[in-house]
Amino acid sequence: MRESSSKRHYNEPLARIVKKDAMSNQRMAAYSVFALILAIAAGGVFIFSLGYNPFKVYATIVSGAFRSSISTQGTIKIAIPLLIASLGITHAFKMQFWNIGAEGQIIMGGIFATYFALFHSDWPHWLLMLVMCAAGMLGGGLWALIPAFFKTKYGTNETLFTLMLNYIALYMIKYLAEGPWLDPKASGFPKIASFEKNARLDEVFGVHAGWIIGLVLVGVVYFYLKYSKQGYEIAIVGESENTARYAGMNVKKIIMRTMFLSGAICGIAGMTQVSGAAYTLSEGVAGGVGFTAIIVAWLAKLNPFVILLVTIGFSVLEKGSSVMQSSFGLPTSVSDILQGIILFFILGCDFFTRYKLIFRKGGQKNDN
Amino acid sequence: MKKKLLSLILTAVMAASVLTACGTADSKDSSTATESTEKEAIALEDFKVGVIHIGDPADGSGYSFTHDQGIVEMQEELGLEDSQVIRKNNIADGDAVATRTAIEECIEEGCQLIFGTSWGYMDTMEELAEEYPEVMFSHATGYKSNGTNFNNYFGRIYQARFLSGIAAGMKTETDKIGYVAAMDNQNSEVTGGINAFAMGVESVNPDAVIYVKVTNTWFDPTLEGQAAEALLDMGCDVIAQHQDTTAPQLAAQNRGAWSCGYNSDMTKDAPKAHLTAPIWNWGVYYTLTAKAVMEGTWDAANYYGGMDDGLVDISPLSENCAEGTAEKIEEARAKILDGSLKIFEGSLFDNEGNEVCKEGETISDADITGNMTWYYKNVEVK
Repeated sequence: MRESSSKRHYNEPLARIVKKDAMSNQRMAAYSVFALILAIAAGGVFIFSLGYNPFKVYATIVSGAFRSSISTQGTIKIAIPLLIASLGITHAFKMQFWNIGAEGQIIMGGIFATYFALFHSDWPHWLLMLVMCAAGMLGGGLWALIPAFFKTKYGTNETLFTLMLNYIALYMIKYLAEGPWLDPKASGFPKIASFEKNARLDEVFGVHAGWIIGLVLVGVVYFYLKYSKQGYEIAIVGESENTARYAGMNVKKIIMRTMFLSGAICGIAGMTQVSGAAYTLSEGVAGGVGFTAIIVAWLAKLNPFVILLVTIGFSVLEKGSSVMQSSFGLPTSVSDILQGIILFFILGCDFFTRYKLIFRKGGQKNDN
Repeated sequence: MKKKLLSLILTAVMAASVLTACGTADSKDSSTATESTEKEAIALEDFKVGVIHIGDPADGSGYSFTHDQGIVEMQEELGLEDSQVIRKNNIADGDAVATRTAIEECIEEGCQLIFGTSWGYMDTMEELAEEYPEVMFSHATGYKSNGTNFNNYFGRIYQARFLSGIAAGMKTETDKIGYVAAMDNQNSEVTGGINAFAMGVESVNPDAVIYVKVTNTWFDPTLEGQAAEALLDMGCDVIAQHQDTTAPQLAAQNRGAWSCGYNSDMTKDAPKAHLTAPIWNWGVYYTLTAKAVMEGTWDAANYYGGMDDGLVDISPLSENCAEGTAEKIEEARAKILDGSLKIFEGSLFDNEGNEVCKEGETISDADITGNMTWYYKNVEVK
């Protein structure tokens, strides 16, 4: 016994990674705040090295996001699809189903909704909005159902599957813009016509109604995941499929249903983007939101209310960076680097809330 | 059973709440109250101009660079500070959300005049012009205007295309000239440019044929280069382009062929290949418009300037040009300037044998900018 233990000491690496006990919420929040401060400091050093005053640049980012009603509205417009898509992804992630396909689900939601905006714009406004919303949900849901079906039936890898479907969805927009839905008034420029006024989402306080949908969804998703039977099932399947099966749950059905829901909510984001933000379907409809949503959902630990907070943070950063770019003449890539630095620290912090490093103690090696 | 019912209801509630949220927003008319359309003069120190670029002026050549040179010229003419010009670069014109965001940011900054330099911004600018009646919007290369605060500006670049066609026609040895085109014949701007170029070629070399390859994009260095390669493979020894980058020029130079650029003088990019390029002096228009907006006299009429305004021209002929090119071009230039050479005047035949313009007639500006869907007789689409 004694020998083997001393041997283990001898081979012990300089540092090893050990899983930590669960942390209290306050402690976790403290870690996150600390990481954010570090990130801001590191970003500041970077800005300084470019020859700018970091305090001024940061002040511009924050004030740029809220300096006038137009800019505040702009920040909220960035937040809406991000919030909705993050909430959608949360369903799948809670089930430990790695849905990397929000981008494609947003796009399919946009495509389905656009069909009604283009060809049934004469319907009564409220009916058209309801139908477009339902169509968006159906589009996103069905797109998400495809990988869920193959996962439950053939055990395919959902990460790759959902990822690749994103590109197919994107090319579908290209196809529609160049072929069947080509705007006849665009002199051959491959674009889809702008929606009629009737097919545009109404504005409430200067921003399209997508923000109301998003806020309602925060509450509904929280309640659904935390207090409903289906939400409980999702959590059990996520923890252990075998446990779920042992408890008599129909795992396949739960996976399919949850993925449909996950995609359907992302589809709503697509609908609000085409009818509220772009007033047309263009290749930028998702614009990377589906990927950022993964980070948001993950950073928020899949808690809908925290998702709301994180979304606001990301939106301020994005909007403010764009203002910073034009007022300081900094290239676009600088704001990308800043976002990267912040992500790096926050994800690093996430690591340290779950694990700790144990360093080899110098004296132990020779104590036998 | 009860639980199942509950979960069913929950799902339904969830779906319903989403749907009602879509519907509850009462239909508030988005059109803002349009007050008096009278425009006021703006003091120099309060004047701000926004520019939306599809590329990055820092590229140093090509479309966005050329537009930005015009902006810089306007800035110097008027005496504006750097902070009074807001640039939004790399705004994809196929992305309506990004376009809208970029323009709204210019409005936020307090710009009273915004130039959008790429075709795909047109519809978004038209809508924003309605939403922000106090801001002036000017959009390049399109055709719409609203008569109050939104217009389009463009120029008779076909005059310069004709002259560059002369240089190409005199240089080619294989009598095959390649033309990398951004859009197909549905786009009048591109098609008219090809036709004028082809006529320039024909005026000095009736045997030469123009092979056209369409990329379906204004800006994509890879695709532009590949299209040029394909044309070179077909035996073309001069490559002309209606694209935003220098990629076709570089492809020609790599093969030891010749080339005509576009937008800016590309001799510095492909010194061994480049002959001459049809170029824009956008500063002429930008200065004119910015002054008018500042004085409150801008009428938002569409602008279509030509070689006589100095808006379009060709870059200085390079050493690669064939002997006698300069004389031929001077001859044609003089005729264009005195109005005796209108280029699109009859009799003209398209490449399917139809007479598209009768003897003694000329094609109207409206048809040149918006309705030219035929290719001239010596053009072949590949």
